[in-house]
Amino acid sequence: MGLKIIDDIRKDYVCNLIRGGQRAEGRGFREYREISVDGDTIKRAEGSARVKIGDTEVLVGVKLDVGEPFSDTPDKGVIITNAELVPLASPEFESGPPNENSVQLARVVDRGIRGSEAIDLEKLCIEEGAKVWIVFLDIHILDDDGNLVDAAALGAIASLLNIRIPNERYGLTGENTLPMRETPVAVTMVEVEGNILVDPNFNEENAATSRLTVISNADGSLSGMQKSGSGGLKEEEIVEMVETGIEKAGEIREKYLSPL
Amino acid sequence: MKEGKTERKLIIDGKRMDGRGFEELRPLKIEVGVLKRADGSCYLELGDNKVIAAVYGPREMHPRHAQDAKMVVIKCRYNMAPFSVDDRKRPGPDRRSVEISKVSREALDPVIMKEYYPKMAIEVYVEVLQSDAGTRTAGINAASVALADAGIPMTDLVSSIAVGKIDGEVVLDLTGVEDNHGEADMPMAMIARTNTITALQMDGHLTKEEFKRGLKLAMGACHQIYELQRAALIGRYSKSEEREERKRE
Repeated sequence: MGLKIIDDIRKDYVCNLIRGGQRAEGRGFREYREISVDGDTIKRAEGSARVKIGDTEVLVGVKLDVGEPFSDTPDKGVIITNAELVPLASPEFESGPPNENSVQLARVVDRGIRGSEAIDLEKLCIEEGAKVWIVFLDIHILDDDGNLVDAAALGAIASLLNIRIPNERYGLTGENTLPMRETPVAVTMVEVEGNILVDPNFNEENAATSRLTVISNADGSLSGMQKSGSGGLKEEEIVEMVETGIEKAGEIREKYLSPL
Repeated sequence: MKEGKTERKLIIDGKRMDGRGFEELRPLKIEVGVLKRADGSCYLELGDNKVIAAVYGPREMHPRHAQDAKMVVIKCRYNMAPFSVDDRKRPGPDRRSVEISKVSREALDPVIMKEYYPKMAIEVYVEVLQSDAGTRTAGINAASVALADAGIPMTDLVSSIAVGKIDGEVVLDLTGVEDNHGEADMPMAMIARTNTITALQMDGHLTKEEFKRGLKLAMGACHQIYELQRAALIGRYSKSEEREERKRE
C-alpha cells in the first residue's frame, strides 16, 4: 500500500499541474508518451513484442501448444491470455496468485482480440473435435509507470502479427503463418480535474478516480471497452473519450503496427 | 465468446424471441430485506436471472494492514452457484468472477459516503442462483438496494443494465441466447439522479453510432430500474413503519 501521505502529495502535484494546463512530461492532454514496439524479440517464443510507452515496459510472448478444443466450439482454436504483474516491475506488486488487477488486465486485452475477431480461430483447427492449436498469450510487465493496458494490448497484437506456427515441433504440416484479420488498439484515458488525459502515467492514474479503455478496429468500430476506478463519468465525457480513443488508435496503428 | 455466431435469427417480425421489443426490459422483481442475519439484503429477478445480495457492516476491517485511516473499505464478492448455469460451475472464484467483483465494487463505490466509517469495512456479497445473461447488472441492482437496506449512508442508488447488438440491431437487456448468438454486449451502471456512469464494459463489435445509441438506451432503462428500486425500498419501509405503529397500539 505504501505511504498514504506520499500518495496524497503526488496526487496534489498532478492535480496542480493539470489545473495549470500541464502534465509531468511536458506533453499535451491528448498526447502519448514516446512509444516503441520491438517485434520478435524472444527467439523461443512463437511470437513476441517488447513495448515501451514512456517508462512503462511490457513484454508479450505467444506460445502455441496442441490441445483439445472446447466441446461447444470443436472446430476452433483457443486463446488463453494471462498477465503477470511480477514484483520486479513495481514496489506495489507482490508475488503470488493473480490479483484483480492482473486478471482485469488480461481479460481486457483478451476482450479486444476476441471482439475484433483478429484471429481466425477456425484456421487454428487441426482435427475437428480432437486437436486444435491453443494460443497462450502471456503478458509480462517489466516496469509499471502507468497505462499497462495500452502497452499490453499493443504488445499482444504486435506479437500476434509475427507469429510462427510450430508445425514441425508437433510433426504436423500446414501453414506456418497466421494472418491477422484485424488490428485492435487500446487507448486508455483518465479524467482528472475535469480534463481528459490520454495515456496516464503512474501518478496520473493514482490521481484519477475513473479510467476508460477504448479498444477499436481499423474501420473505427469498437471491439471492447472497460471502465475502472471508483469514480463516475458523464455521458458527454464517455462519448468524448470514445471519439478520442478511436482517433488515437488510428495514429498508433498507422505508426507502430503497419511496419510490422 | 462472440465466435459462437450462427445463422440463428434472433429477431422475427420486429420482435425478439421472448416477444419483447428492442427497447424493452425483462420483468424485474425486487424484494428488500430477505435475509435475517445480514445487515441488509435484496433478492432480485431480472427475467430468468435470480440473484441475492447481502451487505455486512460497517464492521471491523480484516486484515488490519488493509484498513484505510480515512475511509471505509468496500469489499465485494460476486459468486455464481455451481447449479446456476448449464455446465456446472466449479465452486470458488474464477477470473471472470474476480473481474466482475471488481467492476461491481467500483460501480457501487461512488455513492457510498465512505468517510463516515474510517478503518472499517463494508462487505457486499452477491450470489447468482440462476443465470440468463445480465447477472452482473442484476447483482449491482440488488447490491445497491441491499446497501440501502443495511442503512449505509449513500448519496443515491446505483442502477445497472446491459445493452447489446443482435441481428444488427441495438437492443436492451440481452437474454442468454441473445448474448451467445449476438454481436455485442455492453453492461453499464449509473447513478440515475445525476446521470453519472459508474461502470461500463463492452465486448463484441459496435460502431461509434451504435455505441452512442446503446448508451442512451441503457441510461433510459436505468431510470426505469431506479424507480423500481426506490419503490421496493419504500414499500418495505413504509410497511415496517405500519407494523411498528400497530405494535404500539
